[in-house]
Amino acid sequence: MCPPGCSGDDGSMNEPTWPPRSPEEGNFPHGPWHRGGWRQARMQRWHGRWNWQSLRRDPEDRLVGGVAAGIARCGPLNPTTARIVLIIAALFQGVAVPLYCVAWLLIPEGGSEGDVAEGTASIWSRARHDSRGIALAVAVASLLTVILLISGVFNATFLESWGWPQVVTGACLVLVWRNGSEHEQARLRRIVAPLENLGPEGTRRASMVRLGLAGVLFAAGLGFVLSSRETYAVVRPVIGVVLVIGAFVLLLGPWWLRIARDLVLERQARARAEERSDMAARVHDSVLQTLALIQRRSDDPAQVTQLARAQERELRAWLFEGRAPGSMSEVTSLVEGVRRIQQDAEARHGVPVEVVTVGDCPLNDDLGALLEAAREAVVNAAKWAQVPVISLFAEVTGQDVEVVVRDRGRGFDPAAIPGDRKGMAESIHGRMARHGGTVTVQTAIGEGTKVSLKMPLGAVRSAS
Amino acid sequence: MSPGGTPRVVLVDDHGIFRSGVRSELGRAVEVVGEADDVAPAISLIEEVQPDVVLLDVHLPAGGGAAVVAAVRERFPEVRFLALSASDAPEDVIGVIRAGARGYVTKTIGTAELLDAIRRVASGDAVFSHRLAGFVLDAFASGGAGDAAEPVKPSFDPELDQLTTREREVLRLIAQGYTYKEIARELYISVKTVETHVSSVLRKLQLSSRHQLTRWATERRLA
Repeated sequence: MCPPGCSGDDGSMNEPTWPPRSPEEGNFPHGPWHRGGWRQARMQRWHGRWNWQSLRRDPEDRLVGGVAAGIARCGPLNPTTARIVLIIAALFQGVAVPLYCVAWLLIPEGGSEGDVAEGTASIWSRARHDSRGIALAVAVASLLTVILLISGVFNATFLESWGWPQVVTGACLVLVWRNGSEHEQARLRRIVAPLENLGPEGTRRASMVRLGLAGVLFAAGLGFVLSSRETYAVVRPVIGVVLVIGAFVLLLGPWWLRIARDLVLERQARARAEERSDMAARVHDSVLQTLALIQRRSDDPAQVTQLARAQERELRAWLFEGRAPGSMSEVTSLVEGVRRIQQDAEARHGVPVEVVTVGDCPLNDDLGALLEAAREAVVNAAKWAQVPVISLFAEVTGQDVEVVVRDRGRGFDPAAIPGDRKGMAESIHGRMARHGGTVTVQTAIGEGTKVSLKMPLGAVRSAS
Repeated sequence: MSPGGTPRVVLVDDHGIFRSGVRSELGRAVEVVGEADDVAPAISLIEEVQPDVVLLDVHLPAGGGAAVVAAVRERFPEVRFLALSASDAPEDVIGVIRAGARGYVTKTIGTAELLDAIRRVASGDAVFSHRLAGFVLDAFASGGAGDAAEPVKPSFDPELDQLTTREREVLRLIAQGYTYKEIARELYISVKTVETHVSSVLRKLQLSSRHQLTRWATERRLA
């Protein structure tokens, strides 16, 4: 918040208006070592860096009205610093709050990305013509005045000194509320939303009751706290504090609940999305692969029957017994898993797989995913590469496990794979990425294909 | 080598059908100068004909192929052995290599590749199947750090106890099914350099006194 007297200042040479100089300071001649002179020079420099012409409220970087950010923008100041200064000022000097509101009313809003020229007119230029709003503002101001007069009876000096300026605040807020630009009103509604009814229309009356009750509790609590300096019992401020807390719970409770609910919902949605992509990968690896196989062998009824039966068994096991198709659940070590891939590929596709393993280690989730991706790469090679043999190489080093699937077959153009083909994207890349692994594919038409899958070992220790 | 440049080969295998199969497969590309079906006949045959290459089955009724290599190698260093095996058991493979064979291939190898392997061995190079490459990588993987209970007895030349980065790269590619030519292209080196690396690995495999080599092979058998 800009203290009074500084706005519009052009940094005049001899009479900087802020901070106001003390009288005796002004009486001293300006020596080179003199504190006042040094300060003046510094002030000039500081003022020189402010450009008040471009003062606009910042529509992007704002917490309430964008005033603090707007002021900070005019000079060498961090918006956060401006905000902190403002909040501290507001706590100790009640005047700061209405000043902020007046600034909100008078300073026009900047355009997007701080474009000054694109800015809109100030809210006041519209509020001037809003006679109902002005009447309402006056009403609110007089209501506050009455409340303050009554509370004056309690002789609470702090409340009084802080409270009186808020009469202006109330009036300004009414005008801003009624005349702010469209998105500004929407924003205000969002800020106030927790205080209003939360859900469907039916709860409106309930929320009115809640708000009323909260108001009563708050006032009562405040009264207890403020009157406690009389020689009354010590318990009274405690009761007061409890009442005030109660008021806050009533006021903001539903809002907290909603935040908590939103968090839970968001987490559930994420879990669901992950589950879905995992399921898509599994369906692809089992059912879609088998269907493709059946199409290719449609001239051999016995083979088709056998494939269909095997797939049916696998699908049933998955749906009713929870055993994921192609899962490595019974497999406990990497080498075992690699052998399983070899056996499956040779049995299903009739392509020999040459396996070489170097080292071994127990399986964890990540390595399970690595094996499933490797299986997919082997199946792809068996289906598309048209080769007599596929090489499958697995090596456990100190830091990671690498699996290389290689064939000397047709190869392919990675850019030409249609988007709905799940194989490469989901079953290999997606799977590896989800578990923190990396994939390198080396291929070109007629050059064969080499898929290198690397998974960091993390906590798993090599068994060898 | 015979005047025509075709290597003279002896087949040692206890299965007659396999021998005749290999013989007809190799056809005229090599000159098969004899066959044997067990350790003792093989030794006397090799001493008699002194072939360029002996295609040696790892398993023979009277003992391992390693026994044949050990018996002949001292007196006829120019006779090279290429081990053939169906089993892939690491202790057999490591055993026959450490006895002095210059190569190891599986019996499922294709004709062209077998011929290539025979020529390579005949000219003094080493031949590693992808499986053997995996074994070697595995055996040399533990970085020379033995168990605390059983301290490592280093070789007379400590360099023998570990592979260089390049050798490791070459072995990894062999294990992935690359041919020497493909390795040379992948690593931007010549085929000759690849051969040098493999021969160097073979030397380390034969001369290193890493206790791990034997122990590792035995453990793999049990696992």
